[in-house]
Amino acid sequence: MGMTVAEKILARASGKTVVRPGDVVEPRVDLAMSHENAALVINQFQDIYKGTGLEPRVWDPDRIVIIFDHRVPAESSKTATNQKKIREFCAGQGIWHFHDIRGDEGGICHQILPEYGYVRPGQIVVGTDSHTTSHGALGALAMGIGATEMASVWTLGILLNLEVPATIQVAVTGRFQKFVGAKDLILHLIGKITAKGALFKVLEFHGPTVERMEVSGRLVLSNMSVEAGATAGIVPADDRTLDYLRKDAGVREPLKPVKPDPDADYDRLVEIHVDDLEPQIACPHTVDNVKGISQVEKTRIQQVVIGSCTNGRLDDLAVAASILKGRKVAKGTRLIVFPASSRIYRKAMERGYLRDLMESGAVIMNPGCGCCLGVHQGALGDGETALATTNRNFKGRMGNPNGDVYLCSPATAAASAVTGVITDPRQGGKS
Amino acid sequence: MSCVVYKLGDDVSTDTLYPGRFMATVLPSETVQYAFADDGEFNARLQKKEIAPGSVITAGSNFGCGSSREQAASCLAGYGLVILAKSFARIFLQNAVNLGLKTLAVPDLEAEPGDELEIRNDRVINRRTGKEFPVLPLPPARQAVVDAGGLIPYTKKRLLEKAVSSH
Ligand code: SF4
Repeated sequence: MGMTVAEKILARASGKTVVRPGDVVEPRVDLAMSHENAALVINQFQDIYKGTGLEPRVWDPDRIVIIFDHRVPAESSKTATNQKKIREFCAGQGIWHFHDIRGDEGGICHQILPEYGYVRPGQIVVGTDSHTTSHGALGALAMGIGATEMASVWTLGILLNLEVPATIQVAVTGRFQKFVGAKDLILHLIGKITAKGALFKVLEFHGPTVERMEVSGRLVLSNMSVEAGATAGIVPADDRTLDYLRKDAGVREPLKPVKPDPDADYDRLVEIHVDDLEPQIACPHTVDNVKGISQVEKTRIQQVVIGSCTNGRLDDLAVAASILKGRKVAKGTRLIVFPASSRIYRKAMERGYLRDLMESGAVIMNPGCGCCLGVHQGALGDGETALATTNRNFKGRMGNPNGDVYLCSPATAAASAVTGVITDPRQGGKS
Repeated sequence: MSCVVYKLGDDVSTDTLYPGRFMATVLPSETVQYAFADDGEFNARLQKKEIAPGSVITAGSNFGCGSSREQAASCLAGYGLVILAKSFARIFLQNAVNLGLKTLAVPDLEAEPGDELEIRNDRVINRRTGKEFPVLPLPPARQAVVDAGGLIPYTKKRLLEKAVSSH
């Protein structure tokens, strides 16, 4: 019996020839990412060393990446002090893959890791952020872990006692209609298998639709795999992946894609055909409460958000700008846009997307997590409704438990900003 | 004996357990005040110490879904709460095990607020109804961390072993 991509990666990283679901392994970590919650990781890391008589040193500073994105620039003195502490720690430990609050190299962690070529196919990537699953889009095994677990990784360079997860095969066929894409596909999948459909399992994406998809779309699939409970979401690396890593991310050294064995043993198969897929909307207050747009059209919205690690990439801003160019955001609705990274921000500026969006009435924020996690830059008022290209709509997620959040694609968000109500982008933004 | 103090449904997210806007607070001694911060009534009962350590929260499937924020587990551990759910989200369960928050998967549990439960390693007995419900064992990988008293002592042990073997 052959192995899936996740099994092959875990076997390699654990020094074994074969692993099976349920086996306990201790894989070596290739890349360990943290953001502002590194402040907590540092605490726990120092606790591990307490009383040992050993000097706290991270196992390999070159394999650690730290990116400020969740609350940038700092929204409070507390955050600013945490950021200061992390900055000093990085300097002291020689962690130089550090993305501070800067207009030339800042951005959301899940955009910076692929964009700067930190992630490679076949790697084990861990991050103190649940959407670390994103990096499976490049054929890595990438998963979120807690801060204490990261402190343990910083100490030993391995994951202690990991159980090999089983893999669900997702096969996608068909061609998307105009203004329908990766976000609608993943929302549809989560609606179908539910928020616990892939608990403790890996989703492995296959099929011609995924093979034709650019890396930006694949990142959306892997990013939101965690919303179905998945440990990781992997798109096996192919020529497109390698092209992206060489041309966009500037990776020079040889790359080795990991393919599943033809006789790999999958937990189950989920098939999706996208020819007739309509734009999908996740309704409050769970990500798996997914409906076709025809069922929620005309719902009034006060805030539209385009951005995040799910949909703040250049092609997302391009489609939004193409819909909003020469038109106006509806009165009584505000449109907030936050590009996923500084590079994306600059390209969107050079190509005129930001101008088109601003002229329509959008507020362009600095790259970062923005209002996605409800800390600053766009909380909802009591009883208000938001439509967002982000990835979570839990109660309280956008800073107010008395607000509603609907999730959608950038095209749906842009078309709806024009009308002030949830609108099918296939109808050209006319309600 | 442990009293059920709260009964919750499926998919309780970390935004419910510990809202994102308090994420700048990281020390376990300070995170406790924000446990269930958007649930004014329950948060007040916790803060007023009306809920005894060892009290039980019951829930449906996928408890702790969402963010990897460890505060969601540390704030509950700070009150000595015990979580009995049909199933747990992966990162939350991992955090709970790492930080010593007691969590048990009891898929068939029937219990109402106010019920007294007897919690054993392999089953939970509802004193009111007399019914017994099996506990799913923790995967062995996690049990090792629980037995060591959490991930910090477990890692410390491994670190010291490594330091010895490399000398
Ligand atoms: S954009 Fe939102 S989901 Fe993505 S890393 Fe930031 S807070 Fe998390």
